[in-house]
Amino acid sequence: MTWWQRLLRRSELEGRLDQELRFHIEEHTANLIAEGVEPTEARRRARLSVGGPEQVKESCRDVRGTRWIEDLWTDLRYALRTIRQRPGFAAVVALTMALGIGSTTLIFTLLNGVLFKPFPYHNPNRLLALQEKTVQATQFGNLWAFSYPNYLDLHAATRSLDAAAFRYTGGTLSQPGDAEYIASCEVSAELLPLLGISPPLGRTFTTQEDQPAAAPVALISDALWKRKFGGNPEALGGTLAFSGQQYAVIGVLPAGFQIADDTVDVVTLIGQDTQPVMKARDAHPRIAVWARLHDGTTLDQARTELTVIGSRLAAAYPRSNEGRTFIADPLRPYIGDVGSTIWLLFGAVTLLLLIGCVNIASLLVARASSRSHEMAVRVALGAGRGRLIRQCLTESVVLGLIGGFLGTALMFLALKPFVALWPGTLPRAEEVQADWRVFAFAAAVSLLSGLLFGAIPALRAPTRDLERTLRGGARALVGGSHRLQSILVASELALAVVLLVSAGLLGSTVLRLSSLDPGVNILNVLVTRLALSPSVVANPAAIRIGWQDILDRTRALPGVQSVAMVDTVPMREGNNQIGYWPSSALPPRNEMPLLLASSVSPDYLKVMGIALRAGRFFDANDRLDSQRVAVIDEVLARRAFGDSPALGKQLWIPDMGAEPVEVIGVVPHVRYWGYAEDDAQVRAQLYYPFAQVPDRLLRRWSELMSIAVRTENAPLGIVEPLRRAIRVSARDQVLTEIRTMDQLAESTLARHRFLLVLFGAFAGTALLLGCIGIYGVIAFLSRQRVREFGVRIALGADPRDILRLVLRQSVGMIAAGVVLGSVLAYATELLLVRSVAGLQPHDPLPFLAMLALLIGAALAASLAPARKASRTSPINALRQD
Amino acid sequence: MTPKSDLPQGTLDLLIMKIVALGQVHGYAIAQRLQQVSRDVVQTPQGSLYPALHRLENRGFLDAVWKETESGREAKFYRLTKKGRTQLETETASWNRLAEAVSLILSLSEGAAK
Repeated sequence: MTWWQRLLRRSELEGRLDQELRFHIEEHTANLIAEGVEPTEARRRARLSVGGPEQVKESCRDVRGTRWIEDLWTDLRYALRTIRQRPGFAAVVALTMALGIGSTTLIFTLLNGVLFKPFPYHNPNRLLALQEKTVQATQFGNLWAFSYPNYLDLHAATRSLDAAAFRYTGGTLSQPGDAEYIASCEVSAELLPLLGISPPLGRTFTTQEDQPAAAPVALISDALWKRKFGGNPEALGGTLAFSGQQYAVIGVLPAGFQIADDTVDVVTLIGQDTQPVMKARDAHPRIAVWARLHDGTTLDQARTELTVIGSRLAAAYPRSNEGRTFIADPLRPYIGDVGSTIWLLFGAVTLLLLIGCVNIASLLVARASSRSHEMAVRVALGAGRGRLIRQCLTESVVLGLIGGFLGTALMFLALKPFVALWPGTLPRAEEVQADWRVFAFAAAVSLLSGLLFGAIPALRAPTRDLERTLRGGARALVGGSHRLQSILVASELALAVVLLVSAGLLGSTVLRLSSLDPGVNILNVLVTRLALSPSVVANPAAIRIGWQDILDRTRALPGVQSVAMVDTVPMREGNNQIGYWPSSALPPRNEMPLLLASSVSPDYLKVMGIALRAGRFFDANDRLDSQRVAVIDEVLARRAFGDSPALGKQLWIPDMGAEPVEVIGVVPHVRYWGYAEDDAQVRAQLYYPFAQVPDRLLRRWSELMSIAVRTENAPLGIVEPLRRAIRVSARDQVLTEIRTMDQLAESTLARHRFLLVLFGAFAGTALLLGCIGIYGVIAFLSRQRVREFGVRIALGADPRDILRLVLRQSVGMIAAGVVLGSVLAYATELLLVRSVAGLQPHDPLPFLAMLALLIGAALAASLAPARKASRTSPINALRQD
Repeated sequence: MTPKSDLPQGTLDLLIMKIVALGQVHGYAIAQRLQQVSRDVVQTPQGSLYPALHRLENRGFLDAVWKETESGREAKFYRLTKKGRTQLETETASWNRLAEAVSLILSLSEGAAK
């Protein structure tokens, strides 16, 4: 019989044991009687020979090995009884734990979904991300997206892995239905099988189709299928007019299909892309390469092979591939700074949970003092110290588990709203769901919290001074619990300091950043990407005419003050950084300083409300065939030309052609990267006329263009008139990413504000718990000392003396908490500086302000019980007890 | 529970197994036989027989069946298992070695123990 069988058949075993012993005694008695012993005496001797029946039974139970679980059961029942006896106390504990465990589990669910879970592809831990790597690093590092010829050669040569390529594109879907701009992706034929994705309807691509000459085919998303084809299976064989080309629809992708973290509506073949950049080995048109390791191949073997292939290509194509090789890393989701945000929040909720545990521990210590008599009686009756500790722990673990259960329920309620409140969009949001890891975490945290807040009072289970405890009634253990409670309250305050100071630092950062001047007038400006009709994008002259037409039509709309084109909209995205030099003696490329280049149309300054510091801005006379000109910001003027005036000077910018550009104007700096980022690193800016973009680049530039419109009233009001106006010249010209400048400005601070709100809430809760803690302890201690106070007052002490006496205790706790908390907060500050842009280290003001807030609140909380103590009536006090 | 007899630690288990090895017996019979075999020298330590039986049963050295005695009463009869028999052999051997060693030491004359 295994031990759990013995456990399950416990009552049967008990009956059998009883029967066995009875048999022994009766046999023995009968034998003794047969020998002539008098029956009563015979029975007595028979019993004696077996030993005390209850003792024997206990020993037999002990050897079953199921004792601990039976004890646990007893302890559980005892714990539940105790909890029922004091439902108020239990409710406070369970609620505190529910909030603590619920919020910790909530953030853990985010950690799990966003950071821990692999991609939802077939066997994701064999997937790799490949990149090109150069020996020489530039200002942008030394890792690069693939060029298409390099990918093709690598794909053909490798034996250790299957490689596949893709690049995000996006374009106008002109047919069927209303024209709209959609996200799309070009993939190599191998990508979908590599990820284990097959279309539920239709078929996937073949390698024969992945060629420039093949008939254009496309897969569409489930969402697009339902939107454009009404979910009709006859969509297969239908056509899409997408980016100016007709594609045959060959399949529908599974619902929820994503590449990396991006939802795309149309998937086409990368081999059918005939743009010149796809043929150039030195062009890197954002091609990502993923690969799957062959079975039995290690990552190191694959890396070695990639190096070999890299050096072979470097020898064959030295002009483009000199010093260039390929590297592989396990494929991980890209989540940007979201990881550090979640970890910060996780740290904060863990602190909060700790504070909750400490708070409950101090409540339990206070209660243990009043239960010390009961404990002493148990010890006197033979309960072992270990047994008592176990019993106390069982009680707290039960409370912890109840809290954990409620907390997990709370987490389920809060998860969706919380994800919805996330600033911007939470990457991998669809992965954020409770799974077994989340439940295991919740269970472990509940158990640990229960053990933590239970262990402190439980370890004080009495063994020493038993007699004194029994004689002294409830007062005997006050000395010890006083010290313990003070330590608990001090650590609670210390943890609260950490949260308060963090919130304070975040608050002052948000205040400081939002008071900065973004460099543009963000009020009443609409910015929107605009895709020209696919029918004109192949012809440079048509592109120029198309844009001029759009500017003219927009300017004519009622309520529009001015309109301009711009490729990199401030505080949105776009990072066209290129090297420059103020003389023709160019240094090597990777030593050139960088500037952010934006191509704009002449009214840009007017629309954005940027002042002109010197010279002029562009006008209609700056054309393709006139002198190439640029306007620079003050940062670039200072960096390139120092104190001498920049007007009329020349800048050499290799990426914009061999000829230099002439500086014709200077404008103030604009915070292109938002309030915070541009504060950390100030980047020089240059504007040049869109009219001077050469024909060969025009199609690409046109794809990047947005228009910015300054309006008289609320800018979103002109969206519909604008949409109608641009459709007049071509039915398939569409707007995407419609924003206002103040939305964009706000979004650069969204993460800061989000952190501030949460940390503020956590800090407030921590402060409240800390104050409750100190209030409780001071009140408890004052009650214990009420006789002493009575005597002191009777002997002539002033109430103020008593007040001082009580407050001295609280000041001690507060001081200890503040000192310890400041050290911890300082360490936390270093952490925050690293993960929150624009947070200034060693900023004493928020630090001191938060310390003052905590000290004030804690003193106020201890004042009430201290006052009460100082009004102790000596008569009543001495009459007590 | 500490053994209250003069029996060396572990000896009771050995004796019980030896008795059970001779044939199926119930607890009372084991107690009687222990006394008979050792000619009343070894008093079964009070209260330790049944815990020992249950321990041996839980370890798989003994198993037990309930059946009727000659007098028609139901009693729990113990049997030695295969595992128990091996254990009995090892323990007997090691007991013999120990006993030999002890008697060898005790038989040394005083001067020789150097």
